[in-house]
Amino acid sequence: MKNEFKIITNLLPAQSRVLDVGCGDGTLIEALIKQRNIDARGIELEENKVKQCISKGLSVIQGNAETELSQFPDKAFDFVVLSQTLQAFYQPENVLNELLRIGKKVIISIPNFGYWQVRTSLLFFGKMPVTKSLPDSWFNTPNLHMCSIKDFYQFCEKKKIKMNRIIGINNEKISSINRINLEMKNLLSEVGIFLIS
Amino acid sequence: MNYKIENIKQIIVTKPLKLDCGQIIKDFPIAYETYGKLNEKNNNAILIFHALSGDQFVAGINPVTNKDGWWNTAVGPGKAVDTEKYFIICANVLGGCMGSFGPKNLNVADGEPYGLKFPVITIRDMIKAQESLLEHFKIKKLLSVLGGSMGGMQLLQFCALYPDKTFSAVPIASTASHNAQQIALNELARQAIMSDPLWNKGNYYKNNTIPKNGLAVARMAAHITYMSDKGLQERFGRKLQEKKSYEFTFDADFQIESYLRHQGNVFVDRFDANSYLYISRAMDYFDLSKQFKNGLVGAFQDHKTRFLIISFSSDWLYPTKNSKDIVIALNASGTNVAFAEIKTDKGHDSFLVNEPEFLETLKGFLDSNFEIFKNEK
Repeated sequence: MKNEFKIITNLLPAQSRVLDVGCGDGTLIEALIKQRNIDARGIELEENKVKQCISKGLSVIQGNAETELSQFPDKAFDFVVLSQTLQAFYQPENVLNELLRIGKKVIISIPNFGYWQVRTSLLFFGKMPVTKSLPDSWFNTPNLHMCSIKDFYQFCEKKKIKMNRIIGINNEKISSINRINLEMKNLLSEVGIFLIS
Repeated sequence: MNYKIENIKQIIVTKPLKLDCGQIIKDFPIAYETYGKLNEKNNNAILIFHALSGDQFVAGINPVTNKDGWWNTAVGPGKAVDTEKYFIICANVLGGCMGSFGPKNLNVADGEPYGLKFPVITIRDMIKAQESLLEHFKIKKLLSVLGGSMGGMQLLQFCALYPDKTFSAVPIASTASHNAQQIALNELARQAIMSDPLWNKGNYYKNNTIPKNGLAVARMAAHITYMSDKGLQERFGRKLQEKKSYEFTFDADFQIESYLRHQGNVFVDRFDANSYLYISRAMDYFDLSKQFKNGLVGAFQDHKTRFLIISFSSDWLYPTKNSKDIVIALNASGTNVAFAEIKTDKGHDSFLVNEPEFLETLKGFLDSNFEIFKNEK
């Protein structure tokens, strides 16, 4: 399981109710159920991945998170997880509002566009960056709204969204991010994980 | 429709059952069939509910028609619903014509077949009538309940009435409430039957003058609704039936005409016209949301049942929207629910034909839930 999922698993208390939005083949949900006895559900767009989840006995519904989160009641989950998908929505702000409505707390991870490798790719080569966490080329990337850790941090401040915890990942290394080290971590973190409410 | 009674297993339900129409029935037969073996822990049982024109003969060869069971694609040794692993039960619905209490049964009061004196029944009545089967087999909790189309409606009713009697549930291409179009299509079928002079207000058993034409037209109309536009076009198109050019008559020039006529004709040999009226009526009366204070959400409040809802992209009779409404209600009530829409051109009939994506999904769900159920204390 990738480092990011291990961190998210550790952020979630046992026996809580969790929704994994864009859950893929259900790797995270399965870990949450088995390791921490969490009541974890999922929503996923791709039919084939939904089938894989169902075959693992996971409660995953096929659907588009952009339009179908409205079916969940307010505060239906203790936590809602969105892993590296926010940038792929047409209206990320609307989706974020929905996540905050249906979950008491939200865990969002973002591929950091402020990461030094991304910056140097554009600065020295004049090309759209292709990295481990941004593996697609400009013409086939699903990412429509890239942002940096700093962008998202400032967005949360502006929208008065409470940031309970921020974690930066750089390869295997993880570190806490706060207002003071934000500039440095924005340069050195490949992925940022925000626990917000 | 002349079946040998020795091929049909029955229980007699002695407990009085108060029907939704107010009448009370008792000591009535419910016919059933089983496949596979119940294991020692009684935890591998699956109850299947059949659709409008189905019966209890799910798998293998139907001993009455000598044709394949209606869900032979999904149920059998090594299949998605594996009869070497699971114990399968299916009952003929109340109102049916394959050995369960229905309009062609003799009325003790006058020794005549009931005909239209048979009480109008509902999906809820069907479920209450079948419940005795669980007692009969000493099954406290089923591994799963499965049903497509009207079978899915029965399943939802079962889960709403008896939330603790099944671990999981798979309603397929179904709905929680019959809508105007679905009622309209059933009404079309009923009018076709009732406008056949041989129907004779339901009294046709005595002289064996079955309203074959009416019932066949009803079946033809229904059959169109089971297929998709694209499916029909790909299979039949404008192909002619064993001829090179039009005959300029009203005989079956086109293959699709010939196909529908065939479907109509074989149906009248195995199905009772009055049963068709009664069962289709039960479907029309079905609206689960009206049975609970809090609507459909209330039907599943605090339930532990694990649901898998399946719909088919080209099903226009019970479209994905109907299934999603069930998913939304289950989500709102906090129930465990998985949902998959299978992409296919095979229309409503997708659950009855060989549709690998569907069968794999069903198998994956059943097998993984069996593992969870086995380990549950």
